[in-house]
Amino acid sequence: MADQKKKKLTLVQQEYQELAKKHEPPRPLLSNFTRAFLVGGVICLIGQALQEMFIHYFHFTEKTAGNPTVAVLIFISALLTGIGLYDRIGQWAGAGTSVPVTGFANSIASAAIDHRSEGLVLGVGGNMFKLAGSVILFGVGAAFLIGLIKTLIKMGG
Amino acid sequence: MRQGHQSWVFSTKPVIAGSSAIGGPFEAQGPLADDFDTLHGHLMIGQDSWEKAERVLLEEACDKAIEKAGLTKEKIHFMLAGDLMNQSISANFSARTLAIPFLGIFGACSTSMEGLALAAQLVDSRSADYVLAATSSHNAAAEKQYRYPTEYGSQKPPTAQWTVTGAGAAVVASQGNGPRIQAATIGRIVDMGMSDPFNMGGAMAPAALSTLETHFRDLQLPHDHYDLVVTGDLGKVGHSILSELLPKHNVFIPLERYVDCGMLIYGDNPNVWSGGSGCGCCATVTYGHLLRRMKEGEWKRILVVATGALLSPISYQQGESIPCIAHAVAIEAEQLSGGGV
Repeated sequence: MADQKKKKLTLVQQEYQELAKKHEPPRPLLSNFTRAFLVGGVICLIGQALQEMFIHYFHFTEKTAGNPTVAVLIFISALLTGIGLYDRIGQWAGAGTSVPVTGFANSIASAAIDHRSEGLVLGVGGNMFKLAGSVILFGVGAAFLIGLIKTLIKMGG
Repeated sequence: MRQGHQSWVFSTKPVIAGSSAIGGPFEAQGPLADDFDTLHGHLMIGQDSWEKAERVLLEEACDKAIEKAGLTKEKIHFMLAGDLMNQSISANFSARTLAIPFLGIFGACSTSMEGLALAAQLVDSRSADYVLAATSSHNAAAEKQYRYPTEYGSQKPPTAQWTVTGAGAAVVASQGNGPRIQAATIGRIVDMGMSDPFNMGGAMAPAALSTLETHFRDLQLPHDHYDLVVTGDLGKVGHSILSELLPKHNVFIPLERYVDCGMLIYGDNPNVWSGGSGCGCCATVTYGHLLRRMKEGEWKRILVVATGALLSPISYQQGESIPCIAHAVAIEAEQLSGGGV
């Protein structure tokens, strides 16, 4: 893919891109990885604590405690997005805040806030899934395929 | 009058009779805060959307520039304005409020100097006595349109730039007191195949180089003619690329005299990554900071090279590279021209 793209460039363009590359400060990968690991881990820890709480104090089973746990995490994420903190945490934590379910909630809440000025139906309704929509589409698609494969294997066994 | 292939020399040396710079809350924390005419404490500026807030910035900039020129808006013959919003809504809607005969222009972040060059040409050719050139950008409105939702927690790379919330305007007049516009070079589009919208400085640097090379060739000027050469919004990345490219292409501008508006406006703030960008970047720094320092006598001749990345969110998603442009305007201090007429 990258090679294909490069072939289309003229020699002058290729030379320039090599020169420009030297001036780009590299992404701080080590600190990005560390921060993502730490923040992502903390979010999972909070999730685990919530799950334990729902099991021990609210009599959920291990299977059913998942739903209220995710709901609480989504609520916290949407709240932090609304008060303008989540994007700042996201810049610092990177994948740490975008990979867990909180990142998914943030993508929906932030799009909804942005398009509030265009009205509730066409603005919020029409745009809030503009980032999350692809996650839902391909997530459901993948889940369907995996489910199909699992069922077929079971039938065979 | 045209000189060389793509430059204009203005024999009447049109005057910048009034100029203004309006900024937002983040600009107010920057090192150039004192050079703004008005600074707003909130991104919304009392409006119910960012798009409306940008319009207020632009209208305020126009009003202020006209006021500082000692004129009323009825006296202005034409208005040239543009911005980053789709269909240039900020400029169009401001022109509705001002009711001045209007030509919309778009050069992305190069709009400021595109407008100033055209305004000088209109005045120099006696097509108008007073022309208003203005442009604006708004951080949140631009982020929403070009990138991700403003509150979306994505991590930006160190080559990214921060869109300036601000507007700048200048009234160009056939006579009066103020800095004078001596010449302009209209850039051609340069595309080096760069396609990363988070590295616009890198994409735009070759366009600035092309315009600078042409400017000195067309006007047959020595490379140290200007006390200051300023690019629009190349940021740290673009500034360092251009500093390497210039001597390679035999343009020997003394590098201590070369600065970039995108680096000036926020100083060393690490939260803006490579620096500032947007139509408002070059406009507010030039019309606020640079012209003020010129009047104070710090520089006698400056060359402002506004750079623009002409991409759209659709062209980027379709995998297109970023076409870039740069327009240069040479401004000289009033004292050099022997004062007002």
